Formats: sequence, structure tokens, C-alpha cells
Amino acid sequence: MPKLFKVEGDQVVEHDDPFVALADDEAAPSPSDAVILSFARFQTEGELLLSQGVKIGVRLEPDERVEGLAYDLARVALVALAFPKFRDGRAYSAASLLRERYGFAGEVRAVGDVLRDQALLMLRCGFDAFEPADGSTADDWAHALHRFRYVYQAAADRRTPAFVARALASGAGSAA
Amino acid sequence: MYRYDAIDAAILADRAAEFRDQVSRRLSGELSEDQFKPLRLMNGLYLQLHAYMLRVAIPYGTLSADQLRRLALIARRFDKGFGHFTTRTNIQFNWIKLKDAPDILDSLAEVGLHAIQTSGNCIRNTTADPYAGATAEEIDDPRVWSEAIRQWSTLHPEFTYLPRKFKIAVTAAAKDRTAAKVHDIGLKLRRSRDGELGFEVMVGGGMGRTPYLGQTIREHLPARHLLSYLTAILRTYNRLGRRDNIYKARIKILVASLGAEAFGREVEAEWAELDHARIDLPDLELARIRADFNDLPFEALAPVSPALNAAKAADPSLARFVRNNVAAHKVAGYGIVNISLKTPGDVPGDCNADQMDAIAALADAYGFGEIRVTHAQNLVLPHVKLDDVAAVHAGLKEIGLATANIDLASDIIACPGLDFCALANARAIPIAQAIAARFADPVTAEAVGELKIKISGCINACGHHHVGHIGILGVDKKGEEFYQLTLGGSGAEDASLGDVLGPALSADRVAPSVDQLVDVYLRERSPGERFLDTYRRVGLTPFKAAVYAEAV
Repeated sequence: MPKLFKVEGDQVVEHDDPFVALADDEAAPSPSDAVILSFARFQTEGELLLSQGVKIGVRLEPDERVEGLAYDLARVALVALAFPKFRDGRAYSAASLLRERYGFAGEVRAVGDVLRDQALLMLRCGFDAFEPADGSTADDWAHALHRFRYVYQAAADRRTPAFVARALASGAGSAA
Repeated sequence: MYRYDAIDAAILADRAAEFRDQVSRRLSGELSEDQFKPLRLMNGLYLQLHAYMLRVAIPYGTLSADQLRRLALIARRFDKGFGHFTTRTNIQFNWIKLKDAPDILDSLAEVGLHAIQTSGNCIRNTTADPYAGATAEEIDDPRVWSEAIRQWSTLHPEFTYLPRKFKIAVTAAAKDRTAAKVHDIGLKLRRSRDGELGFEVMVGGGMGRTPYLGQTIREHLPARHLLSYLTAILRTYNRLGRRDNIYKARIKILVASLGAEAFGREVEAEWAELDHARIDLPDLELARIRADFNDLPFEALAPVSPALNAAKAADPSLARFVRNNVAAHKVAGYGIVNISLKTPGDVPGDCNADQMDAIAALADAYGFGEIRVTHAQNLVLPHVKLDDVAAVHAGLKEIGLATANIDLASDIIACPGLDFCALANARAIPIAQAIAARFADPVTAEAVGELKIKISGCINACGHHHVGHIGILGVDKKGEEFYQLTLGGSGAEDASLGDVLGPALSADRVAPSVDQLVDVYLRERSPGERFLDTYRRVGLTPFKAAVYAEAV
């Protein structure tokens, strides 16, 4: 089973995964507490499982648009966004949309070819849980997340961008 | 020019530290080459035919004298004593050792330079008019907006793993010196009828194996919304651009397949949903950036310099230099001095460390310590008093860089070609040298006038052959180098893609064929016509007949 790291405040903590990721042809364990389903399987079985009190996570592949899940987000505990290759950057946009457009407050998990060298990008786009594929440790991730003291852009992580920090430092903030 | 504050400096230092860690993990074997490759590419480090190549960003082509001196130091200490200025206004060092790369980046960071995003599938260095802040033609200073884009695009979390590389150019003058229409996004500053500052937004231009000219998706975007609008374009591209085929992954393919209108609608819909206030720079921040570009102590001078006129009368080579390499400045008594890196016989765009130091000294003495890099691989001293032009010319002569050939036939753009590049099919540099030699006589070159020859060693088109008045593309035919000629391209405001002249030519026929093309032009031209104008008027036939006469 892959390791699971979660961001908690300034820390990165390794967790046991309460979710079971199910392949489409794999029967749900009984009783189930929490499962991660493909989007297609969620559409056919999600309703039933939710009615049984199962916590549901949905895994979106890069070509599955988050807009398709928007209506169900309130009922979903977790969205897993897949990186089939670390070079495939579509999940960064998907995570940004989940957080910034749809206000999704559940877990956004990076799965697939997840490497610590992309840790900061993922965090900034709104991921808060990671299944690392490179054998890296929670300390490696914490280190990567705190590598940069400043950022230039506003993003889903709500860090203060440089242009706001400058305005505050110059007193424009206090005058307001 | 823009001065890095503590925040900018901290971001560069942190980036250099991150890369040092990644290099040490690669050298220890912890990272595989496959894992390391995108990381080194994001820091400008390519593996070439003979060694690593490091591409250092020169943001919107603007350098200080101190920065140029630092590039000279790096050329001496870590390379073979020279660097190569590129068509993206960056500089490349071709003989770098991996273990030295972290020290080089630290050294660059000390003077506010870096190699961030000079390669990889991310937003590359934004280019701007090299005459920015100096030409009277411009509507606004494109550097202000380029710097805004630099900050916004640097380590952008959402747009670092795009389908393919992404290049933005900003121009603010009627005469386009940035080749904006062959960029992924070309931005042209303009004013609306009521005077509001805005951008014409052109998307989907590019060269490579499938060249396209950019298409306008917004006639007038209010300037203050630039970054949110760019966010909408990049997000649309990141989500919809093809990732299954590297040759179809650029935004030009997406724009062509959807149609510019439909692509524009996608962008507008995304933009309407974005929280503009969180993304767009506030007026105060734009004013802070602008102030750094507006602080040059120009003197009040007469528009004409009797000293320069006297010197020109005494020295025809100075007169020629002024005619070809000095452009009008917005401030009376100043000029824009172009430094050609196209000395016939040398490698286009190359500059050795001693030349860099000397140019930095000239910039300090006569030009407020500023240097620009042009997409035609030349340098510019943007603010020189006309009274000082003779001294600058003399200084350039001493280092062999006083060639008076800007935009003339020997001012050739060429990629590194098979001499350096792992992708090339054919050599580009020797072809450029052979053509330049034929126009080395300045009287001949001036008689021919503006003629932009551009040479690429392969279909990736780094030498911009599609938009050459004469374009030359190296191809491989059964292991032999052949060259495909195109005519009538332009990367400027009158942008167009060149037309194929005929079957590819062997290497030894390229330079003589260029001669034949020029002869046709000289025969056919009407008064005032450039080569390009004549070609557009008379068409391909007489040119084709001249080059392929023997075969007919």
C-alpha cells in the first residue's frame, strides 16, 4: 500500500490511509468505511454506497473535467487527482478549480507519479494529501514545501503573494 | 531598469539552493536521469552533443553592465570564454559541467540573473522590444508589463507542466521588433479610442514544423487585467492542449483545431469566472515597477550633434555605422546604438568575454549602464548621446564589433545547427558564414538594403527560417545536408510565412543561390522597395527561374 502524507499546518505527517482505492472490477470490501472510486463507478454506485454511510472519494483522470463532479462535491469526502506521468500537469488546474472555483473543502489527494520535486506546486494548487511514488519521506516533503520564503502569485494555498507583501511593507496596507 | 528587491532576491537564492540539492541528488544517483531531466531543464540545463548547455534568462532582453560583466566572468571561468545570444534574447553557454551548474546559478543570482524556466514545458522568458524606453514610437513601456509577466510566470504552480513550452512577446510600437505574431502569445500595447491603455492579444503563433501566425482573440484587453487574462489563456491551454504527441502539443495546434474564435470563447468564459482582483497587479505595484524604468537622468540637448556630423564627414565608416546601426531616440540629442554580433566570418550571436566586458564598459561610460539583447541576436546600447556615438563606434572597432550591417544581408539569424545541437539535421553556421562573406563588402550590402536571412538547422525552426525574407532550412537527405529555401516570410508587423522556392539545394549551392535571388531583386525592384516588397509584388516565378535555370 502506498504511503500517505498529509499537510497539517506547517507539518507533513505520514498517515494510515482510511480509504481503500478500488479498481473498477474490484468488489467493495464489506463492511466498507471509505473507498476511492473511479468517476465512472461513482456515477453508477455512488448513490447506493453513500446511502449505506460509506465515505466516498472520487478519482479523476486528467481528461475527466472537474466540472463533471461539481454537483456532487458536497457529498464527496475526497478527490484523488491522477498524475499518470509527473509531466502531465492537468491535475494542477483541476486542483485549483476544486479549491478556488468550487470551494471544495475535503481532501485533494495527488496519486500516481507523485514526486517530491513537485511538492510545492501541488500544495500551492490546493493538494493537501500525497501518495509519493519516489520513496521520499515526510521530512523530504516538509523540506520541499518550505523551500521558498516568498511566492509571486496568488494561488489556492492563500499564501501572500509578493505584490501584496510589498504593499503591506510599504504602508499601503496600514493606510487602508 | 528594474531593481530586484529583497523578495525577488530571496526567490532567486531559494531557487538556486533547490537546484543545488537536485544536482547533488543526481550526482549521487538518488535521482535517475529521467527524473532529473525536467528539473534541470526548468533550470536551463540541456544535454547537448558535446557537453551540458546552460541557457541563462535575460528577462525581456534587458541587461545591466554589471550583469553583462558577470556573464563574461562565467564565460571565462566555466566555459570556453564566450557565450551565444539567442533569438529569445537569452544567452547560452555551450561547454558547462554539471557539477559547476549550482555554482554558476549562485553567481548569477548575486547579480539578479538566473536560468529559471529557460527550457522545459513552462512559460519561458518573456521578450520585449529592445528599443523599449528609448523609441518615440511606443505607446507605453513594454518592460513594465514584461516584468509583471516575469513575476507572475516565475514558478507558477499551475503552469509549470504545460503540454509544451510557452513563449510570450510584448511590443508597444507600430514597428514590431519582437516577432510577436510567431509567439504562443503576442501582446501589442494599444490605446482605445477613449485613450484607455490595453493589449491586443494574439494567440497561437509559432514556427517549428507547423508554422502559424498568431490570431487576435481580443482587440483590446484593459491593461490592468493582463495577468488574469493570461491566466485564463494558460489554464485553457493546460487543460485542453494535446499531450499525446509532442509535435501537436503547442497552443498553435489547439487554436488551429478549435478555431481562434472558439478558443477565444473558451478563454473569455474562463476569464469571466476568475477572481481578477486576486491575480491582477494593483496600480501601486505597477507604479512601483514603472518607477524603476523611469529614472534615467537624460540631459537637455540639441537634436543635432555638430560633433557627430563633423566626425561622420571625416570617417565614412562612422557615417555608415550611423546610417545602419543608430536609430532615433525619443529624447533629443540621444540615439539608439545597435551592436552587430554578425561580423562576417564569425558565428552569429557569439560574443567573447573580453567583448562583453568592453561593451559593459561602453554602457557605463556612455549609456547609463544598460544593454539590450535583440531577437535578431544583436545587442543594443539604448541611450547614447549623439555626441558620444563616435567614441562608442571607436570602442566597438577595437573589439571587432563595429560592423554596420543591422538588418542587412549579412545580419543573419542562425541556430547553432549541427555544430552544437543534438536535434539538428544540418549545419547552419557555415552556411551563414558563406552568405555573409558575399555581403561583407559594406557598399554591396548597403546597396541591397534590408534583407533578413534566417537559417535553421532542422525543422524545429530555432533560426526562424519561416519568417526570413529568405529562409533557409537544413534537411537531411540520405545522410547528406541539403537546404530548403523559402521566400517572402516576415516576423515583423507585416508578418507572413515564407513560400517554398523549389527542391532543396546542396550545401555548396546555397550561398550562390542567395546571390542569384539578390540579383533578381536588384533587377526587378522599384524605387524604395525592400527585397520583401519586390518579392511580394512580383511573386516567386522570376526568383525560381534564376535559381533553377540550369535544371530547366
